[in-house]
Amino acid sequence: MDMKVAKKLGLKERYTLMTRDLAWDTTYQPMDKVFPQVTFEGIKIHDWDKWEDPFRLTMDAYWKYQAEKERKLYAILDAFNQNNGHLSVTDARYMNVLKLFLGSTPPLELMAARGFSMVGRQMVGAGPRVACQMQAVDEYRHFQTQIHSISNYNKFYNGMDEFAHQQSRMWYLSDGKSFFDDAITAGPFEFMVAIGFAFEYVLTNILFVPFISGAAYNGDMAAMTVGFSAQSDEARHMTLGLECIKFMLEQDPDNLPIVQRWIDKWTWRGTRKLASVGMMMDYMLPKRIMSFKEAWEIYFEQNGAALFTDLARYGITVPKCFSQTIEEKEHVTHQSWIGFYMKPDATPFHTWIPGKEELDWLSEKYPNTFDKYYRPVYEFLDQQEKTGNRFNNKTQPMNCQVCVSTIKFNEPGDPMSTCFRETRYKGEKFHFCSDHCKDIFEHEPEKYVQTYISSHQGLQGNCAPEGVDVNAPDFNPGDHIADYWKLDKRATGDFNGSEDQKNFAAWRDQATKN
Amino acid sequence: MAIKALADYDFPSSDALENYKGKQLLYINWERHRMFSRPFVLALTPDTPFSVIVDQYITNCYSYHPDFAHIDWTQVVWQNSDTVFHPDMTKSLQENGIGHKDLIRFTTPGLDGIAGTGY
Ligand SMILES: [Fe+2]
Ligand SMILES: [Fe+2]
Ligand SMILES: [Zn+2]
Repeated sequence: MDMKVAKKLGLKERYTLMTRDLAWDTTYQPMDKVFPQVTFEGIKIHDWDKWEDPFRLTMDAYWKYQAEKERKLYAILDAFNQNNGHLSVTDARYMNVLKLFLGSTPPLELMAARGFSMVGRQMVGAGPRVACQMQAVDEYRHFQTQIHSISNYNKFYNGMDEFAHQQSRMWYLSDGKSFFDDAITAGPFEFMVAIGFAFEYVLTNILFVPFISGAAYNGDMAAMTVGFSAQSDEARHMTLGLECIKFMLEQDPDNLPIVQRWIDKWTWRGTRKLASVGMMMDYMLPKRIMSFKEAWEIYFEQNGAALFTDLARYGITVPKCFSQTIEEKEHVTHQSWIGFYMKPDATPFHTWIPGKEELDWLSEKYPNTFDKYYRPVYEFLDQQEKTGNRFNNKTQPMNCQVCVSTIKFNEPGDPMSTCFRETRYKGEKFHFCSDHCKDIFEHEPEKYVQTYISSHQGLQGNCAPEGVDVNAPDFNPGDHIADYWKLDKRATGDFNGSEDQKNFAAWRDQATKN
Repeated sequence: MAIKALADYDFPSSDALENYKGKQLLYINWERHRMFSRPFVLALTPDTPFSVIVDQYITNCYSYHPDFAHIDWTQVVWQNSDTVFHPDMTKSLQENGIGHKDLIRFTTPGLDGIAGTGY
């Protein structure tokens, strides 16, 4: 008897079978009741079949490919850990980069995973749904692998073990927390512009420079490998974000003003979020790759401008904040580091004054601003520390109602003055760090009146550990907030004199001397 | 603009006055002394005398700065946000027209931070 052997499927055929052919139109319930989220934002889609699937990746190929990456990654992590790789980093100050990264990034990867799972359910077309589900799995993997790579450091250095508790409570993590809370509580299309486009496409390189190259430059093979293992995912994420923008713009001309407003909003929110990333590049990496200013010029000013030129044919213009970010690139990292330095009791990582050569590097990289505005104050604070009078601002911060950064950025055109903006809504005053944050608020005040501001919550009596009477006449929230945050005292304060500094020196001596 | 949402969308403000049990929020900033990075926030009863702001909170926070000892308090320019005002030190916040979440900015003429940098 002749057996009929089925011909092996071609890539395109298999892709169609495994994605679009798996979808169906509902009949028990009308489609718009099953997918209500795709209309309320005002985006008009006429034909979901017009969605171009940018990478013809099926789930089975995806699993195989990702599993192979995992095997390689964990082999390297194991080898790094077994060989006491943590002692081969440039300098114990590097651990503080990891601590800041751990609190601020893996929790947001998890939020991205949640967001893409939701959008994967909410979108109508099978193409975007499959792509969003893959991205959700990617983001979950980033969340896990980042934590795994840092968990080895947690055995040796202070301040890493409570990052999950701290993420939704601590002042300096509120900007990232609010960034994702804002995106995930928007509709699916805004989420795609926020995360898929503004973050993954426009700003992602700024994030990767300090983390992957920074790790490589500073001898952290573990973090570097995690970064590389994520990078091929990122290429897919960028393509998805861009495809979604083009799809919306091609579907209906009414979508343009909505999409433009989202681009303006999320490029700005992303820029604010990156101030602390820039600070890692300029201040925290013992061995520097390039300045934040240089990275901004290459990845935002040049590459970003090229991208927006490309999108001009759809009517998209450069984000409103473009010129302000160019002015600020000379300032934000210095202003951020001063903001962290002056608060030594309130972060689970150490801060310090850059050494003389590091100050010289900053003077060279920031010829227009560093000597004029920042170097004198660092030299003053250095003298103070050396005479036993280390700066410690014990007060609680004022934050922007939208981006939740502390209000520490300068008035445009006047680096000597702080920028303040405010508005009234239903009789209450709200404060902002910038015109852009004020605009965002005024467009959706109902949303941003709910912002969680750590210092305000403390003053309301919501941040005391159990058993503390917040109504007692002498209650002072500042006395309890460190316990509420589960802040390890050993991880706070100046790097000089810290336990991490001593241990690293002692262990490295043991490893390298007789 | 009103928010677009799938259902009724009405949530209270996190920092409404009633959340502070008789107190109100007040922000303080010393202009051109950005070493302190950002303003600081207090929760005080509206009958708190303005002098307490200067003698206690401003002094505790800002006396670390070498300019602080040189302040001529008769020359200080006070603003509530962008509006210049003349606080009466003996009177309360309320009597000085200071409400919930007001931002008090003070400028000390001739003092511009470390080496005149604004820091
Ligand atoms: Fe990711
Ligand atoms: Fe991503
Ligand atoms: Zn802001």
